[in-house]
Amino acid sequence: MDALSTVIALAYLLAAVLFILGLRYLSSPATARRGNLLAAIAMLIAILMTLLDRQIIDFKWIAIAMIIGTLIGVFSARLVKMTAMPQMVGLFNGLGGGASALVAFVEFNHQSRVAAMPVDLAITTLLSVFIGALTFTGSMVAFGKLQGMISGSPITFKLQKPVNAAMMLAVVILSIIVAGFQPSVLLFSIVTLIALILGVMLVIPIGGADMPVVISLLNSFSGLAACATGFVVQNDILIIAGALVGAAGLILTEIMCKAMNRSLSNVLFGAFGTGDQAAGATTTAGGDKSVKSVDNEEAAMIVGYAQSVVVVPGFGMAAAMAQHAVRELSELLIKRGVEVKFAIHPVAGRMPGHMNVLLAEANVPYNLLFDMDDINPEFPHTDVVLVIGANDVINPAARTDTSSPIYGMPILDVDKARHIIIIKRSLNVGFAGVDNELFYNPKAMMYFGSAKEKVQELVAEIKKL
Amino acid sequence: MPQELMVGLTIFVLSTFVGFEVITKVPPTLHTPLMSGANAISGIAVIGALLISGRGAGWLEVVLGMIAIAFATINVVGGFLVTDRMLQMFKKKENKNSQA
Repeated sequence: MDALSTVIALAYLLAAVLFILGLRYLSSPATARRGNLLAAIAMLIAILMTLLDRQIIDFKWIAIAMIIGTLIGVFSARLVKMTAMPQMVGLFNGLGGGASALVAFVEFNHQSRVAAMPVDLAITTLLSVFIGALTFTGSMVAFGKLQGMISGSPITFKLQKPVNAAMMLAVVILSIIVAGFQPSVLLFSIVTLIALILGVMLVIPIGGADMPVVISLLNSFSGLAACATGFVVQNDILIIAGALVGAAGLILTEIMCKAMNRSLSNVLFGAFGTGDQAAGATTTAGGDKSVKSVDNEEAAMIVGYAQSVVVVPGFGMAAAMAQHAVRELSELLIKRGVEVKFAIHPVAGRMPGHMNVLLAEANVPYNLLFDMDDINPEFPHTDVVLVIGANDVINPAARTDTSSPIYGMPILDVDKARHIIIIKRSLNVGFAGVDNELFYNPKAMMYFGSAKEKVQELVAEIKKL
Repeated sequence: MPQELMVGLTIFVLSTFVGFEVITKVPPTLHTPLMSGANAISGIAVIGALLISGRGAGWLEVVLGMIAIAFATINVVGGFLVTDRMLQMFKKKENKNSQA
């Protein structure tokens, strides 16, 4: 090993250490920002060292591509609204996976022309392109769903599972041919194409409520894709960083699945909340059960004169961008001497920690935010629960109705509070496609309207008290 | 099995374990920043893109390599910046609390 290679190898090692420290710091509130900075420094070191590599002879195009990428990255990171964060993370994620797939594709093309392809290289290249391409299109579909460009409800069709299985089988057979017998670029391209289609097929049947799981899992995949690419270009820092991200993503995926009390395979293949179930549920909803609704004045009286209020935010708050209005309401109530707390369900929203980020943006102090396990014992002593755009995470059917698709999911026990005010645009079912018994609870009052307008009107009305 | 592959596999398995061990008990507040920070790290694919596109080969490789570099750079730069933006909000609030 000559001097330059030694320096590069040592610098990569330093970068690996910084990545590990960065991730560790990222998982603790006091050090998270430093952790992110350390990881960014590690990335910078790795990039600079790679540019020093003498294999690289053509810098012109590299510079142009990096400048374009940096500009787009800076602008999108600066301009994105906090409510749009899930789709932004999904998009970035997809691009990382896409990059891995492209690298594998180019490398296969290159190797197949230069020399005989060793079996192990063929296998890692196939893995890299498969995971990378699947992550790319899967993330793009997730992005489309979260952005509202594709329907958020599960899209299913007849023979969906057999078709997917057939495609998987085709990938396996083609891969065996490519790796073992015929390193053909054409066959390799077909594998890439199937992986791209599979990414779409695997994410379209997954409903909006399950997006926190999908986003975490795709995050894990993009790490694994980078990892496989590390085997292809024989670079250890890619293997290390990719494996770290793969592990981190898996941990988050597991946390999210646990929060819904469902297995990963149930989330991925369950097509949760299909149109059929939703239709069945709405017909029962239109039955003889009655719903109480409440106007601004009455809602203001109940909330304004309460001793304790627990706010339960959900995706509806994000969709209506109501987090600032919610903060105003909480400040007003605290000023009036009301005890205000926020109850955060682990899978509220569309990505892990979604509600926490939004409330942080609106400057709600995080000591007011409580996890499900901490807040549930408090509901029996709570005067008013104010539900803002949450639905499935408060549905008592999860506790009682064994036939309900969400049965067994831990929920916020809001029905134990004295009054429940639910801000919701209509009586429609939530993203899980399940009717909510809570709406017909005698203690529950529907406060119909968009989350933002209703909270603002509530604030104005309470000020008059 | 070739030596390099064996070494790579060893590194992979050990790194995965390190990943599991390092990230223990993430508070829900940090779920999003951790995910988005990890996401930025997965942009490490940029290294692979740099290595394959610097060879001065045919136009197809140059074009695909450029796209790969641009994709991964967006992932890296956007990912770290957006994570920092989120963590800044948490930070700001902490200060406010300590003043209050």
